[in-house]
Amino acid sequence: MKSTSNMNRLGLPAGILTYGILWSTAFIMLAPLFWSVMTALKPNAEVFQAPYLINPDTLSLRSFADVFRQAPFFLYFLNTLKITLACTLGVAATSALAGYAFARLQFPGRDILFMIYLTTMMIPRQVTLVPMFMLMKQFGLIDNHLSLILPGIFSAFGTFLLRQFFLTVPADYDEAAKIDGCGVFRRFTLIMLPFAKATLATLVLLTFMAVWNDFLYPMVFLNSETERTLTMGLAIFRGDADVQWNILMAAVVISNIPILIAFLATQRFVINGVSMSGGIKG
Amino acid sequence: MAAPVIPYSRSIKRKETSMKLSSKARDAIAGYLFIMPNMIGFLLFLAFPVVASLFISAAEWNLITEPIFVGINNFIALFQDSYFWQCLRNTAYFSLFSVLLGIVTSLFLAVLLNNPRVGFSGFLKSAIFLPVIFSTVSVALIWQWILDTHIGMLNHLLGYIRLGPFPWLTDPHWSMPSVIIVGVWRQIGYNMVIFLAALQGVPQDLYEAADIDGARPLHKFWNVTWPMISPSTFFVLVTSIINSFQVFDITTVLTNGGPANSTNTIIMMVYQYAFQNFKMGYASAAAYMLFAIILVITAFQNIVSKRWVHT
Repeated sequence: MKSTSNMNRLGLPAGILTYGILWSTAFIMLAPLFWSVMTALKPNAEVFQAPYLINPDTLSLRSFADVFRQAPFFLYFLNTLKITLACTLGVAATSALAGYAFARLQFPGRDILFMIYLTTMMIPRQVTLVPMFMLMKQFGLIDNHLSLILPGIFSAFGTFLLRQFFLTVPADYDEAAKIDGCGVFRRFTLIMLPFAKATLATLVLLTFMAVWNDFLYPMVFLNSETERTLTMGLAIFRGDADVQWNILMAAVVISNIPILIAFLATQRFVINGVSMSGGIKG
Repeated sequence: MAAPVIPYSRSIKRKETSMKLSSKARDAIAGYLFIMPNMIGFLLFLAFPVVASLFISAAEWNLITEPIFVGINNFIALFQDSYFWQCLRNTAYFSLFSVLLGIVTSLFLAVLLNNPRVGFSGFLKSAIFLPVIFSTVSVALIWQWILDTHIGMLNHLLGYIRLGPFPWLTDPHWSMPSVIIVGVWRQIGYNMVIFLAALQGVPQDLYEAADIDGARPLHKFWNVTWPMISPSTFFVLVTSIINSFQVFDITTVLTNGGPANSTNTIIMMVYQYAFQNFKMGYASAAAYMLFAIILVITAFQNIVSKRWVHT
């Protein structure tokens, strides 16, 4: 009902074209995801069978059980969760602190430092791959999650995001607290941080997604099976001989359920965060 | 509780000056303390590695024996290495098409979706955004399954209209276009959300003024929308190019660089040289070449942007 009335208001040919393009794009986006879930629900004998449609009588969760039988995915999950939570909380803390300082505290060299920060956002992380590996080797952190967590808890982007936000909070709040004799740390935690909740949520979610999905750095820094992350585990699982597509797709689904739940619960912040990241100019 | 009796005006004055001075100093100290965690990370994990990378690129080093200084020999060898050129070509190929397609399609979708009369826009936006949240590794695995030449869903569907089967991932001419399509599929939602935000920021009165002048939709787009959203377009362009030159996940999982090296990229080459052949100097040199290329492109865009980015 709603769509037809809208279509009328758009004008019929334009409306059909607009809806046609948008809905087919949405279909192209969702169909592969749907198909991976369907494959995961099929018994192995039917995976290769044309016409590839779903036989409701044989749908089963067996492949999901098989995933855990063939590789320690629960362990991969815990590893990823640990690294992601540590990085996410770390980034939120360091970015909020630095963002507040860059926005509101006066100290010599502040603006030059901030400019340098901004410029480094342009440096591709991969350039530092080899020296980072050597650094972690020196620290004895190869095959240790700290090799991912330590560099992961600081973010020039996060600092920038929080600084831009703190600039928008009226300085009066800060000043008033200052006159009341509030120390700088209490001003930060009690007055400013509560304002920054939405921006922090955005940063937390973007960081969460990036760390959860990271692949290159875990591949370089980790090697034993017990330390693997989900993405790494998935790629290696794929490389193992004799892995069946239904089990592989079940592994894909399993590894993405947490991020899907996180996204559905916080969509607004994620999408908002992406649009905010687009607001960075030059 | 007997407070000392001090003449009123003097006490206030003294208190004010002492508070002002100390609070200023305290702010400065706090400032440094507040940025310290970030600064340590910045110096240790970004500044130092970037500089160290340059030194390593001037050495022959396998991590076991002592490094040998070789000056610019690694870079000279790189220029003569046909594998490097092939990886660079592949990367540029991927970058050019994935960036262009990724921007054009996402901007187009954003313009359609920005029409306030479109129903279900919230659902459509989320649906198109959804692939962004999943890891590239899982996206690549899903598509590997769909694009399989013999048992993949896509060839099966195309079979119904008497097309194919196409060697999506198994023919050197098809592999890169397939990789590009998957890359674009994952990227569109991200760009679209940025463009949507930009479109919503265009002041409505500009459109009303254009209406009064009798401008047609396409004119309105070129003369109002395009210049007004150009800072966001510039942002998307710059970050897309930077990201696309660093492509690793998709090509590693989807095709593993094959067939016939047709989808090997620079970062894959860096990875292979550094962590499979242990040629640290050579790998660093390749990484630095990539850095230099990205830097030149970004600088070039910054110059050119003055001609088309509206500020």
